[in-house]
Amino acid sequence: MWLNPSNPQLDKKGQLHHLLTLEGLPAEILRQVLDTAKSFVGVKVKKLPLLRGRSVFNVFFEPSTRTRTTFEIAAKRLSADVINLNISTSSQSKGESLLDTVDNLSAMHADMFVVRHSESGAPHFIARHVAPDIHVINAGDGRHSHPTQGLLDMYTIRHYKGDFSRLRVAIVGDILHSRVARSQIHALTTLGCPEIRVIGPKTLLPAGVEQLGVHVYHEMRHGLKDVDVVMMLRLQNERMQGALLPSAQEFYKFYGLTDDKLAAAKPDAIVLHPGPMNRGVEIDSSVADGKQSVILPQVTFGIAIRMAVMSIMAGNK
Amino acid sequence: MPGKPLPDAEQLLIALIEQMRPAVGPETGLIGIHTGGVWVAERVHQALKLHTPLATLDVSFYRDDYQARGLHRDLKRSEIPFEVEGRDLVLVDDVLYTGRTIRAALNEIFDYGRPGSVRLATLVDRGGRQLPIAAQFAGATLTVDPGRSVALKRDAAGRLQLEVREEPR
Repeated sequence: MWLNPSNPQLDKKGQLHHLLTLEGLPAEILRQVLDTAKSFVGVKVKKLPLLRGRSVFNVFFEPSTRTRTTFEIAAKRLSADVINLNISTSSQSKGESLLDTVDNLSAMHADMFVVRHSESGAPHFIARHVAPDIHVINAGDGRHSHPTQGLLDMYTIRHYKGDFSRLRVAIVGDILHSRVARSQIHALTTLGCPEIRVIGPKTLLPAGVEQLGVHVYHEMRHGLKDVDVVMMLRLQNERMQGALLPSAQEFYKFYGLTDDKLAAAKPDAIVLHPGPMNRGVEIDSSVADGKQSVILPQVTFGIAIRMAVMSIMAGNK
Repeated sequence: MPGKPLPDAEQLLIALIEQMRPAVGPETGLIGIHTGGVWVAERVHQALKLHTPLATLDVSFYRDDYQARGLHRDLKRSEIPFEVEGRDLVLVDDVLYTGRTIRAALNEIFDYGRPGSVRLATLVDRGGRQLPIAAQFAGATLTVDPGRSVALKRDAAGRLQLEVREEPR
């Protein structure tokens, strides 16, 4: 086995080979990605030659526009060839197994797979079965992990706040179903953020979430008091159908981020959202478009983060 | 470290500046290659009172050993604060050896535009070229064993100094 047995994302030299989750990834590697991304932000050259001749396969078993597009832009800016595959609409519906799909794609000489799947753990499964020279990036799996989103959020925070050692950060909304929240919590913890709060109704917080080292709040104004960073999550409409929430209006009343609630945070607090936003559900338009919002810079930084991850991994044999 | 003592980098810098003085004009674009080349370029730029602001280049995204050695950890940013198109440029590096860094730098520059000309200035030319690249301006030519590397250091006062190291293999 060429991978590090204690962390299958790393090779024997401790370098990044796959990016599957931020859990257990050393701070040094997180910082390497953030530092590398910084050198990609604002590069004037439209196309860098690093991944010339490499093929990046965007393999999306679950629909996504933004994440897929930013991966595609990132790969193309590194001169890679990009192939987009929406599996949900092709072979899987014809009954092909995940492994058969991956074997077929490997036979098409892929160098890198960017995988989005509705099942937690699917990218790990793929990473275990591909040839040693293929890299796998998790672009979101089930409720489990969305590492590049977590990294771009960390980049955004570091960009505006400098470092993590004195920050108070609140993550608000549907923590239970959120792979983004899990990635954020792991990354913030690894990078030394001293106080992470999660805010949401009991029905949308995972049982035992405190074990991740976070403080739990059910009331917005308490939870947002004096925070430096507010990270909103998308309320997935499909959650409305179950018994978890009475209605979107009810959620907005208690957990929607309005100017009024945001006033509890520090005056220079920044507001992040992974997109796509439900205006009037988890966030009010005046906040989303307000001067504390850094939601659009997040998207720009997301491209640099994905360029950094791809160029670091492709350079690690 | 045994062997002949290395020349004083500050003396070489003066020699380099005097070679360049008659050959560059105020519109010449000076591009220092990170990290040592930028130190040299800063001093040259100051001494020759060039109008065009100094440019800096980190060639990591263009190196030919990326496939073998991966991306460098300590990346700097390339900043070319002038129009490259049609301009006469001088690339500045600290030590010229295989020529591969210069190859990478040329490729990067051409992604910004088509310069009128590109010349090369180096504080030290230590021979050992693996590509058809030559310096038009050199502070000194040294003979160094292939197993060793010559590196430029800068102390807290800004003084430049050369150092020979055993190459890590």
